[in-house]
Amino acid sequence: MNEVIEPNLGETLVFWICGGLAVVGALGMVISRKAVHSALWIALTMINLAILYVANSAPFLGMVQVVVYTGAVMMLFLFVLMVVGVDSSDSLIETIKGQRVAALLLGVGLTIMLVAGLGAGLSGAGTIGLDAANAADGGNVQGLARLMFSDYIIAFQATGALLITAAVGAMVLTHREYWQPRKSQRELSQDRFTDGGHPGNKPSPGVYARHNAVDTPALLPDGSTSAISIPAPLRARDDARAIDVNDITNVRRLTEGESE
Amino acid sequence: MTELMPAEGVFSLIWLLIALPLAGAIVLLFGGRRTNSWGPYLGVLTVSASAVLGVLMLLGLLDRPAEERTVEQTLFTWVFVGDFQADMAFQLDQLSMVFVLLITIVGALIHVYSLGYMAHDPDRRKFFGYLNLFVAAMLLLVLANNYLLVYVGWEGVGLASFLLIGFWQAKPSAAAAAKKAFIINRVGDVGLSLAIMLMFVTFGSVSFDDVFRSTSEASEGTLTAIGLLLLLAAAGKSAQFPLQAWLLDAMEGPTPVSALIHAATMVTAGVYLIVRSNAIYNAAVWAATAVVIVGLITIFMGAIIGSAKDDIKKSLAGSTMSQIGYMIFAAGLGPIGYVFAIFHLLTHGVFKAGLFLGAGSVMHGMNDNVNMRRYGALKGLMVITFITFMAGYLAIIGIPPFSGFWSKDEIIHAAFERNAFIGIATILAAGITGFYMTRMIAMTFFGKPRWEEGVHPHESPAVMTIPLIILALGSTFMGMALLFWGNIESWLEPVTGFASEPTPLPTMFYIGVTLVVVIIGAVIGWITYGVKPVPIDPPHGSWLTRAARKDLYGDAVNDVLVVQPSLATARYLSWFDDKGIDGFVNGIARWVGLLANTLRRTQSGLVRSYALSMVGGVFVVVLALLLVRMN
Amino acid sequence: MNPSNYILLSAVLFSIGAIGVLVRRNAIIVFMSVELMLNAANLSFVTFARMNGNLDGQVVAFFVMVVAAAEVVIGLAIIVTIFRTRRSASIDEPSLLKY
Repeated sequence: MNEVIEPNLGETLVFWICGGLAVVGALGMVISRKAVHSALWIALTMINLAILYVANSAPFLGMVQVVVYTGAVMMLFLFVLMVVGVDSSDSLIETIKGQRVAALLLGVGLTIMLVAGLGAGLSGAGTIGLDAANAADGGNVQGLARLMFSDYIIAFQATGALLITAAVGAMVLTHREYWQPRKSQRELSQDRFTDGGHPGNKPSPGVYARHNAVDTPALLPDGSTSAISIPAPLRARDDARAIDVNDITNVRRLTEGESE
Repeated sequence: MTELMPAEGVFSLIWLLIALPLAGAIVLLFGGRRTNSWGPYLGVLTVSASAVLGVLMLLGLLDRPAEERTVEQTLFTWVFVGDFQADMAFQLDQLSMVFVLLITIVGALIHVYSLGYMAHDPDRRKFFGYLNLFVAAMLLLVLANNYLLVYVGWEGVGLASFLLIGFWQAKPSAAAAAKKAFIINRVGDVGLSLAIMLMFVTFGSVSFDDVFRSTSEASEGTLTAIGLLLLLAAAGKSAQFPLQAWLLDAMEGPTPVSALIHAATMVTAGVYLIVRSNAIYNAAVWAATAVVIVGLITIFMGAIIGSAKDDIKKSLAGSTMSQIGYMIFAAGLGPIGYVFAIFHLLTHGVFKAGLFLGAGSVMHGMNDNVNMRRYGALKGLMVITFITFMAGYLAIIGIPPFSGFWSKDEIIHAAFERNAFIGIATILAAGITGFYMTRMIAMTFFGKPRWEEGVHPHESPAVMTIPLIILALGSTFMGMALLFWGNIESWLEPVTGFASEPTPLPTMFYIGVTLVVVIIGAVIGWITYGVKPVPIDPPHGSWLTRAARKDLYGDAVNDVLVVQPSLATARYLSWFDDKGIDGFVNGIARWVGLLANTLRRTQSGLVRSYALSMVGGVFVVVLALLLVRMN
Repeated sequence: MNPSNYILLSAVLFSIGAIGVLVRRNAIIVFMSVELMLNAANLSFVTFARMNGNLDGQVVAFFVMVVAAAEVVIGLAIIVTIFRTRRSASIDEPSLLKY
């Protein structure tokens, strides 16, 4: 089974269609202003990659890709996007000088170099194919299982520990600690009045006076001023405006004159 | 070379000579305030005890035959490194003996004098401590049996000199003078240390005995180098040209210090060093010639400066320079001069100490004024001071039978034995000596009073005058005593060697000429300053006078040749350090900082920027792979 | 048709995903781009498995899927946590770890 297997036409079609869609999805993710759109674009890329895995004689990984990435990971992304704020769109103005240009140059340069280098390096490489390897254990899944539970058993156990740790870590990171028992509505209400707090709104300044600036104390119905009607800092600084007695009589006369 | 005898009997106490004043210094300097009351007396006592011990040792030496008079006492091995060995060992011979006596006896007298002179000084205890330290160091210098130990004493006296010149360190001039003396002395000390190293390299030892025994093994060039280096050391310590500038400023110290250290003892250490190293100079003619030249120059410099200064102590200091010049000069003459260098050193030590102490006595009576133009007519008021000063005066100008006559005359005679030209020069200098000393006498004791207001001259207390009297007696009789009774030539001959050469004319001729020249100088001095009135403000004077008032531009020369270049170098190096080295280092730091500042801009914190650079990296790696594959 | 076309397709998708990561600021879309890149890699694995006649490539692709699922869970939890405190899902926003 060592002879080179040439991919058939079907696979060529699948590659160009799905590969093209994957690239489009990737570009869309980078270009989209809204994070939700980006998430959707990358979901497209990942599904196409899953198809490419299957086409690449890795059906098990294709399924895992769908379940883990497009299923779990992308949902997690979206969930976090909802928490952070779904309408938070990035401003596309670059704040670091030269970052975008340098990034594009480097990225494009890297692409060209990798494609050129790999293309040149792999041009003569043949393909052995996995038929023999799969057939040894009766299928792709069985083959992978045998490797994972034999040669890679320690790595497998370690990833298990990693996943547990990650789960615990995520809980610890997002956990909010309360140092005291949370107060109920009733306790909050009691706290408000037990130390003699004002039960309602405090009078606003200058309501009954001619001036309604914040430094003018409000007049109470008996003609006296209300100290609590002006902000505490002004009181502390002694900046309260004195009330002109003429104003009071004037106001009284006006109101009485109106009522007559 | 005589055999070294072990130290027995009284000589086993050689170490005590040094230990006594050292102990005094330690007690006084570390004893603190509680020694204030009795400290000065302890200082006098230790030095006096050393003097007594010295006299006993002299008697011990006299008892022995001449070839057994070199005693060596080794205390312990001091330095022992590889091939190098230096002992803590003392050598007492005829040369050391006379120095020990000079230092301890004159030292003791000056200690006594200081009791009176420093009576009112609050730091009296410290003063006596320093003086004791000086005596100990000086004795170590002359008793050491190797050059390394000499070096210790050499530095010790330098330290004591520094401390005592700057004793009144609150006075900026005294502090500056102390520093000046210390620094100029360092130059000489470098010479001594280099000489010691050269000796060790050449002879493998630094002890006198080993070095002098093996001079014949060394080349003349090496010996000349050692001789010149030793001359440098001597010039520094003895204030000889070209390192003479510090001595005049050293007069800032208390007068007893000037008398003991800067007239009688320390400044003569250079003479001691040269005479002690006679074996080297005998073998190195050029070094000896250099010694003669240095001595001759200094004789005249000192005399000229002494003639122009109005400050009595500085005038005496100039005189000291000049007289030490005579000694160095005589030492440079070789075996015909060594003995007389030491002879003159001894007489000079006594009469110059007497003159300084007399000057101190005068200052004591004149409220510490040192300006001779404000003295005058003191002879009646300070009789003892006057008479003793006159004894010193007659001694220094060399009138027979005073002690200076004998010693100076011998030096002049020795100069003529070598060369008529340098002989005439020394006679001329003797004439100048007559001039400036007469000037000093005339301005101080004769003429009309030119005192400042409120000055009441009075005679000093007995504690000061008694040392003066003793020193005056020494000035008068010591020359004769040493020459005729003590027979100094044959006493020193085993150590220094002695030779005599014929002179073309009879000895009496030279004596006569010298006396005539001295008297002519004295008469000129008397006419100028004794007969004519002395103006209080110094007259303009000739160019030579003006130059001499500025120490013959010694400071200016030092300034131009040493100070300014050093300052300029230091300034340049400082600038270079600031701008060059620091600039380089700081520049690197600044560049790193700038680079870091630029690079940190790439750490924008934006994840996408980092991702971009990662993709860039991938791009580069892929490109590299492709390029590699293509080839 | 040569199976190596799949490889080229995977290279193109991978590059588009990379551009998406670099260009988009919404953390969720960036995440989608990362997923796209992983899928592109998976396609390569599957294709190579087929070309080499060896199921190991498919096993690796399977593991990549599992890990990607775990990563999505944690990543989205982090995004939700950040959104809760900063009221924004922009990845330019948490740029405090800078110079």
